[in-house]
Amino acid sequence: MKRMFVAMLAGAVFMGSVIAPLPAAAQGDEAAAPAEPIKIGALFAVTGPASFLGAPEAKTVEMLVEQINARGGVLGRPIEVVLKDTAGSPQKAVSFTKQLIEEEQVLAIIGPSTSGETMQIKPVCEEQKMILVSCAAAEVIVNPVASYVFKTPQKDSQAVAWIYNTMKDLGISRIGVVSGNTGFGQAGKKQLEDLAAEHEIEIAISEVYDKGATDLTDILTKVQAADVQAIVNWSIVPAQSIIAKNMRQLGMDIPLFQSHGFGNIKYVEQAGAAAEGTLFPCGRLLVADVLPDDHPQKAVLTSYKNDYEDRYDEEVSTFGGHAYDALMIVVQGVENAGTADREAVRDAIEGLQGFVGTGGIFSFSPEDHNGLGLDAFEMLTVKHGRFAVYTK
Amino acid sequence: MHQLLQYALSGVTVGSIYAVVAIGFNLIYRTTGILNFAQGEFVMLGGMTAVSLAAFVPLPVAVAGAVGIVAVCGGAMEILLFRRLRSHSLLHMIVITIGLSIVVREAALHVWDEKVRSLPYFTGTECSSVRILGAAISPQVFWVLGTVGVVVLALHVFFRHTLTGKAMRACSSNPEAAMLSGINIRNVRTLTFTLSGALGALGGCVISPMAMTQYNMGTGLAIKGFAAAILGGLGNPMAGVAGGILVGLAESFSVSIMPAAYKDATAFAILLGALLVRPHGLFGSNGAEGAREL
Repeated sequence: MKRMFVAMLAGAVFMGSVIAPLPAAAQGDEAAAPAEPIKIGALFAVTGPASFLGAPEAKTVEMLVEQINARGGVLGRPIEVVLKDTAGSPQKAVSFTKQLIEEEQVLAIIGPSTSGETMQIKPVCEEQKMILVSCAAAEVIVNPVASYVFKTPQKDSQAVAWIYNTMKDLGISRIGVVSGNTGFGQAGKKQLEDLAAEHEIEIAISEVYDKGATDLTDILTKVQAADVQAIVNWSIVPAQSIIAKNMRQLGMDIPLFQSHGFGNIKYVEQAGAAAEGTLFPCGRLLVADVLPDDHPQKAVLTSYKNDYEDRYDEEVSTFGGHAYDALMIVVQGVENAGTADREAVRDAIEGLQGFVGTGGIFSFSPEDHNGLGLDAFEMLTVKHGRFAVYTK
Repeated sequence: MHQLLQYALSGVTVGSIYAVVAIGFNLIYRTTGILNFAQGEFVMLGGMTAVSLAAFVPLPVAVAGAVGIVAVCGGAMEILLFRRLRSHSLLHMIVITIGLSIVVREAALHVWDEKVRSLPYFTGTECSSVRILGAAISPQVFWVLGTVGVVVLALHVFFRHTLTGKAMRACSSNPEAAMLSGINIRNVRTLTFTLSGALGALGGCVISPMAMTQYNMGTGLAIKGFAAAILGGLGNPMAGVAGGILVGLAESFSVSIMPAAYKDATAFAILLGALLVRPHGLFGSNGAEGAREL
């Protein structure tokens, strides 16, 4: 038994190492300039399980700060971004937030990347009167509204409304929902369940799986037995690709709907031919090339996409776009306020109207700190390994 | 009926992945008495290296290359670290392997990046499957099971019928006596780590098309592989395979009767239950060579 005990102990120590601190990979953009810089804090999950969000976000901000400063900065002052890598951990996000507020005394914080982190620091920012522009998707971030907390990604509820409307067009009424055990997955599952009755959709089965799952055929077998007409998957990588593969391997030919988290061509590549026909609501960044020239977002989308892809030699993702919007909203707020005073900037952001970003056209109000409407989304599908606008 | 079969096949699919890791665990434990928690990292490194190589050379060459490179890494680890730390207690060793796994993981993050990668399917595509009585299974699973089978068989022959293999077994059952009869116990240990690195890498390559490869995949695999090794009986590679498949089956059948969210909890509850009845694992026996006193 002694041997067993030591083995168990070792197992426990090992599991502890999963959440052991990872060294922060990126620290600070030190910009030296004569005029006193405007400091903005950034919390991104550059490493860790949510790095697919944080890495493009950090790259986007790095690129954008250089561009803004090359243009002469804001109000004649350069921008300095203090970047902290949270590795997706809410505990780290909280301590970095305190550090940014107390030590760095930043004007505003952009990020964090994930909903779980944002919800942990939302009360901290509200209490300390610190402007927070989150890059995470969950609806609860801005509902109920906290006066200092904003967010740039489209709302979960709007994504769900798009999915349900498309289902109605296709005559689908009985569905299965599968979701990952992350903050994003839980929030999406809740929205799907809350809005189902309103759209006359019946969720016949709802299953949650581990975010690190390597195979989902067991869950799909159960879903298949429930005799559903479509499956909605709400998760982050790599399950988004695995589920598409497993469905085809099982010979399931019902439509697969995914969340707006599917917005990265990498996931399509991972799933290969199995991703064909996957439906998901998403912002227009991924289809910027095929937008009509007179679309109001066309110029912003193509310039961000081209700059990013030229510089980093990888395909742009909507997540980097959320960081683009977050930083630009703060910058626009400073310009509109004409000062870097936090209260004035907060009021200016809340008063922003018709601001063109990558996620859509933002119009904030005291009741709406997301500022995007249903039209910020487009239903996309995968055709020949590329994203395309879905048409029936 | 075909649903039960589908759950079984699904369990075998996942279980075969755990089995791959369990073999490596057992191999090192058997010869050196070290529980190597960096075993999952061998699997990750194998997959990552193969994906990188596959961009330049044909798939079989890439896999062979990855196996070779990771085998060298495994051997180097033994020479540089474990050889020097022999005097420390086993618990120290375990902590060292855990630290090592973190170092390797972070290094992989910097060498590659955070992105998810995968090798192409060895046969067929993402969509193809083999039908058995109405249930479906990816052809890649046969590659994994085939690899596991060949490896177990090869290990068996190696341990029973070659001088080096016999030397390794001697080191495991009685290191002092082995040393006295002229076996270079240090080299045997290095060889064990090399072999384990090679097997881990091979596993990482065959599972990559299904499970995909990411810099932080090793930890999760090591936990499940460890569970599989314990369930089968520590120190016995073949029992590790059985343990892996059983853990996989327990997981998938638990999904059939309970919400999938409890899958891991169910699997580990079964594992604990089994260990209460048989503390040395299902196929380990009290006095067997595998059951070294920690």
